[in-house]
Amino acid sequence: MLAYLIRRFGQSLLVMAVMATIVFFGLYMVGNPVDLLINPEDDLAAQEAAIRRLGLDQPIYIQFLQFLKGIATGNLGVSFVHNTPALELILSRLPATLELAFFAMLLAILLGIPLGMIAGLYPNSPGSRVIMGGSIIGFSTPNFWQGLMLIMLFAVFWRVLPSGGRGQTTDLFGIPVSFLTLDGLRHLILPALNLAIFKIALVIRLSRAGTSEVSLQDYVKYARARGLSEKRIVGVHILKNILIPVVTVLGLELGNVIAFAVVTETVFAWPGIGKLLIDSIGLLDRPVVVAYMMLTVFMFVMINFFVDMAYSMLDPRIRIKAGKS
Amino acid sequence: MKNTIWRVALAAGLAVSGATAQAETLTAGFASEPSSVDPLYHNLGPNNALRKHMFEALVGEDENLGIVPMLAESWSNPDDLTWEFKLRDGVKFHDGTDFTARDFLYTACRIPNVPNSPSSMEGFIKRAETIEAPDDHTIRVTTATPYPLLLSDFASFGVVSASAAGHDGPVTYKKGGCEGIASYPPSEDYNSGKAAIGTGPYKFVSFVSGDRITLARFDDYWGEKPYWEEIVIRPITNDGARVAALLAGDVDIIEKPPVQDLETLRAEDGVDVVQGASSRVIYLHFDHQGEPSPGIGGTDGKNPLKDVRVRKAISLAIDRPLIVDRIMGGLAVPARQLVPDFMRGVDPEIGLEEANLEEAKKLLAEAGYPDGFTLVLGTPNDRYINDSKIAQAVAQMLTRAGIKTEVDAMTKSVFFSRRNKYEFSLYLAGWGASGAGMASPLRALVATQNKDKGLGGTNRGRYSNAELDAEIETALATVEPEAHDAALRRASKIVVDEVAILPLHYEVTPWALRKGLTITPRADQHTVLTTVRPVD
Repeated sequence: MLAYLIRRFGQSLLVMAVMATIVFFGLYMVGNPVDLLINPEDDLAAQEAAIRRLGLDQPIYIQFLQFLKGIATGNLGVSFVHNTPALELILSRLPATLELAFFAMLLAILLGIPLGMIAGLYPNSPGSRVIMGGSIIGFSTPNFWQGLMLIMLFAVFWRVLPSGGRGQTTDLFGIPVSFLTLDGLRHLILPALNLAIFKIALVIRLSRAGTSEVSLQDYVKYARARGLSEKRIVGVHILKNILIPVVTVLGLELGNVIAFAVVTETVFAWPGIGKLLIDSIGLLDRPVVVAYMMLTVFMFVMINFFVDMAYSMLDPRIRIKAGKS
Repeated sequence: MKNTIWRVALAAGLAVSGATAQAETLTAGFASEPSSVDPLYHNLGPNNALRKHMFEALVGEDENLGIVPMLAESWSNPDDLTWEFKLRDGVKFHDGTDFTARDFLYTACRIPNVPNSPSSMEGFIKRAETIEAPDDHTIRVTTATPYPLLLSDFASFGVVSASAAGHDGPVTYKKGGCEGIASYPPSEDYNSGKAAIGTGPYKFVSFVSGDRITLARFDDYWGEKPYWEEIVIRPITNDGARVAALLAGDVDIIEKPPVQDLETLRAEDGVDVVQGASSRVIYLHFDHQGEPSPGIGGTDGKNPLKDVRVRKAISLAIDRPLIVDRIMGGLAVPARQLVPDFMRGVDPEIGLEEANLEEAKKLLAEAGYPDGFTLVLGTPNDRYINDSKIAQAVAQMLTRAGIKTEVDAMTKSVFFSRRNKYEFSLYLAGWGASGAGMASPLRALVATQNKDKGLGGTNRGRYSNAELDAEIETALATVEPEAHDAALRRASKIVVDEVAILPLHYEVTPWALRKGLTITPRADQHTVLTTVRPVD
């Protein structure tokens, strides 16, 4: 177990290093952030002074060495635009994104699994057809279009929900969260739904496929023959056995939802890290983008790790062995 | 049934709370977020627009960028090198303390000491050799050489409170480093509100990065009280989302509504559109130096753009009113000089030019290019209103005259880096002139690049003309307004005659508001919410 952990950790460090290097040089090649940040009224001397202040007058390898030196001391650099440490900036935006991501995942699980199971258990009923048809729409329409449609329907025509932004926040253990107030919840619904639609559709299809496969298995027939209640058969024997693929996929999707909720956060003006990322890329704010990518890689590695853990809990046949896996 | 009642009650409750809040709170959707609340951190549009609510400058700029009294009530020039400002009495900071000359000196001292500023305000004070305060309500500034643009410079940065920044003693301004100030507050102290104390009509309440900036009316403000008790600024960078927020009633005003949506918005019942002329000119700049020039083909390595006849031909080939009409939907004014008529330094004798394809072809043939040549036109596609569409139209018009033009459009971060590396033979860009008027684009765009004189900072076409430089330098050394403007007019005439640069049009800035509200459009395109009010 310990060896496994150490190897996982080593792998993630390597991936983070490669990622940081690629992003660092990639953004350098795109352009010079000072060309965007500087006021055009500034004369040439002032432009050079700004480039010097941000350390951009140095050759790229010196800048990279300085960046490595910063990392060694736990400093991921200071944002060119906001003059705030990049990591601090990202962490200050993280609660908003996590809140959104967990709500979206919750929706995906609470709606997706039951709907998928219904469609799997009664494949020929009209209800199932509606569910499956709906999931295709959820799959095949672009995320930003769904977002704009949600805004048009709920915010512009019916005016029941706000069109964007984060609602009133309250502090929970020092972290600002918005799901504890009515205003905050109202702001949360649309973006969370927008983020969840694709996941719901995905979970529906996974659960349906799993359900129709599992319900033909011998142990399900045997359970029926033993006279177990339908509730217990569906709720225990089938549900538990379809969860493995669902957990794998949701685990990966959780990472996606946290790291790349860019479209939803932009359409709904949600002050999370996705919006920060897209704004930072637009302004070539290299320290923020690099720190963001490193954090993302780290998060994916951790999520995969926890997914592995969840497997072994769901299926006792899978055990994490030292030296293997 | 119960459910329905609950829903109706909820809806009614929301409607009531919404109605009462709107009478006092103005919520605005901004297209970009200020990078800091610190007024001295970053000399950038969104930051400068925000600071106008909270931090006032020594002198102000009205909506047409004319200089008006602000913290200084009046000023005079005892001689060409000296400026004396009389400060307004009874001006209070948001924390209740009095504004005095000391605060201005402190502000000038802090400007070079803002750490990591991506674009500093230093340029606005560097012409001042000494800044002194003979008494609490007088400021005397001297310059090394006569400098006419001091007022416009001093209108460009907001005055911060010395005491709120943690300095209680007297301040002595010294160029190159003030004495006696132990340390300056970092920009974070302004974002947190700790040091964000100004004299403006609104005071800081909160700043949540990416989400909102909240300001409250300052009741002891010296000037006219603004209408709104509270202002909430929400950055909504996505165009569609910003329009939706207005249509949903979540915000009362948005800046930069997308041009293609303007017709729909005008037709909408609950929405009004207000627009006003801006000082931003959209221009084409030529590569005046490269030989061969990177984007030109079919000339055996020669750069035809160095020939004034070719530049004249290009100018004649472009039908500006057509672009304004068809591409800009009327949201622009055709241009020939670098700043619009209402600003100083414009030569009223210079009229607009009529497009003339035959004449253009004739000039090209005279210059030795009867069959034209090929040209690449560089343009950003997300910086100015319809920027890449304008470039497409220009390319078609030039192609018709025989110059086969291709458009190379790219995102602004790539465009400005490439432009500053001189990778374009012809590029499209914009210039928003400051209150200095014609002097602002002249010294930056067409004066010969000269680091020591501070000229030609954005002259990425590397134009150089000694006669023009002489006129610009005369203007920049003449304090007497009439003589200053006359020199600017002469310089503008040279620019037009030589087609040193090719102005296309001035942008008109639109705002979309909830019906019944209006805003005073500003020529600098800043959204200043203190001017938003119900239509009477």
